[in-house]
Amino acid sequence: MSNTVLSIRNLVVDIPTRHAVLRPVDNVSYDIAAGEILGVVGESGAGKSMAGNAVIGLLNRPAHISGGEIWLNGNRIDNLPREKLRRLRGKDMGMVFQDPLTSLNPLLRIGDQLTETMLTHLDISRSEAEKRAVAALEEVGIPAAAERVNSYPHEFSGGMRQRVVIALALCAEPSLIIADEPTTALDVSVQAQIIALLKRLCRQRGTAVMLITHDMGVIAEACDRVAVMYAGRLAELGPVREVIQNPRHPYTDGLMGSTPLASKGQKRLRQIPGSMPRLGRLPAGCAFNPRCPKAQDACRIDPPPTMEDGRAACLYPIEIEKKVPA
Amino acid sequence: MSALISVSELTRIFDVSKPWLNRVLERLPKRFLTAVSDVSFDVDEKTTYALVGESGSGKSTIGKMIVGLLPPSDGHVTIGEVDLAIERDKQKIDQARREIQMIFQDPYASLNPRWKVRAIINEPVAARGEDTNGLAERLLEQVGLSAEDADKYPHEFSGGQRQRICIARALSSEPKLIVCDEPTSALDVSVQAQVLNLMSDLKDEFGLTYLFISHDLTVVQHMADKIGVLYLGRLVEEAAPGDLFENPRHPYTQMLLAAAPKMDGFGREVEPPKGEIPDPINPPSGCAFHPRCPIAVDRCKAERPKIRQVGGSRVACHLAE
Repeated sequence: MSNTVLSIRNLVVDIPTRHAVLRPVDNVSYDIAAGEILGVVGESGAGKSMAGNAVIGLLNRPAHISGGEIWLNGNRIDNLPREKLRRLRGKDMGMVFQDPLTSLNPLLRIGDQLTETMLTHLDISRSEAEKRAVAALEEVGIPAAAERVNSYPHEFSGGMRQRVVIALALCAEPSLIIADEPTTALDVSVQAQIIALLKRLCRQRGTAVMLITHDMGVIAEACDRVAVMYAGRLAELGPVREVIQNPRHPYTDGLMGSTPLASKGQKRLRQIPGSMPRLGRLPAGCAFNPRCPKAQDACRIDPPPTMEDGRAACLYPIEIEKKVPA
Repeated sequence: MSALISVSELTRIFDVSKPWLNRVLERLPKRFLTAVSDVSFDVDEKTTYALVGESGSGKSTIGKMIVGLLPPSDGHVTIGEVDLAIERDKQKIDQARREIQMIFQDPYASLNPRWKVRAIINEPVAARGEDTNGLAERLLEQVGLSAEDADKYPHEFSGGQRQRICIARALSSEPKLIVCDEPTSALDVSVQAQVLNLMSDLKDEFGLTYLFISHDLTVVQHMADKIGVLYLGRLVEEAAPGDLFENPRHPYTQMLLAAAPKMDGFGREVEPPKGEIPDPINPPSGCAFHPRCPIAVDRCKAERPKIRQVGGSRVACHLAE
């Protein structure tokens, strides 16, 4: 793909514990191109946030990257020393987390937080940075930005705070934004505002976005491609329309079927039996095999390879022809 | 069908003033937050009534007033024949109370970690000094767990399994009505599907009535027989799911439905809704939605619309037709 911003190759994250080594991210590979929004979905414990944190170098010890490579704009970043990685964060990679209150310093005016970020990463004067801070707040839709730069985070509502966080993430003009559940804590109407904002700004600037969420509706509306994770592994990766309308991995199919959105008029929701295995107790072979309606003996021996067309990691994927095109 | 619970002109006002000394020193007035304002609805027997709204819309407060965890500031909750606010006969109150149970959002916080599952499930019955022999085991099997689980502690279960334990506890006193406050919001989609299916099965099996409180429109659309939409403590629209989703009549409902993400909305560019929910301490005059409403007229600023019948729905809007 042209203009690849982020490239993850066979990433493995390990957490050594007293009893065993847990592997929350296992052999995950994906690319994000400039201006593209890649959705990462999965249930809790699927490793989607871990993969995001590995990219920005925010893994908490004892979790660490134990295999694979991460490339950002053609430079390898997974083995950089801490100090170099710190320079990269904010400048080349921006972050938006679920809870905007914890990502803002409650003791600093938001204008100071914005100018501090810009002065650290960009070669500009203080007055220029202050001017840009107001412009950045205007851009994310904060009314009366010139006055609001002097407000503290607690003076904003949840949706407005998340806008400030987005302004903060974008102010040093990074090439990649990692948004980890950016709208989960927000109401539906505010969620729509934030998603629209994120989409618009990233299209305009050509910023690559990794959008981590568990909400299939948000994925469908915002993303270009989607990666479905299950128990630390990539189950399926493809263009969003194809993955949602014609899922090939039985897990993706079950996940789509179990959302009430997809159950128009049916009395019962389709359900996947059981629950996701704990990390220490993954079954042999495909991690999904105990819950899979199509599992056969071969599924219980080795982890499945990625399919030829690169879509689903499954030995017996769902044939596209069987599905009625929507 | 007869109404199992009937809520009329229910209002709840919270005193959110600063402490007395601060008020005197800083010369601040008392401040009141109206969480629920003049809400009336009926829930028919053996149906699911859903309350939806964004945060601060008062949906949980209504649930708490119905189960009796909060007293109403004004208005009445009538269960069967008993009006809990004015009834003085202890026995009648007790009888009405045992017919209501509640399931909470967070299955981690609503189970006592030091109690075994058997004691948790038996509690509502044991508290009345009745026989609990084999009750927990039977209920555990009914909610899809096994009888041996009765000897375990809550921490040995996953989130979905804990919510099943909460459901078993709610069922133990054989209630008619279960108030479910965001029962699946803390759960993953595939587990949510399991719990929702279980709730539908139990409803048919035991002839239950649900008051289902949720912010998730898709869950509500799937579960409810009737939906009430709340905005800033006021009931703005009430309709059957078919009517509500195909023909929303209140501008707020229309805005909410347009903003909700859709599975087939690939690359959809929505005009995002404007503004945010106003401060409930100083709500706007007239219709609470008028500052954000695209069709508001002068009358909306001055006069609060009464809820009225429009087609098959009840709507609180001057302009709805």
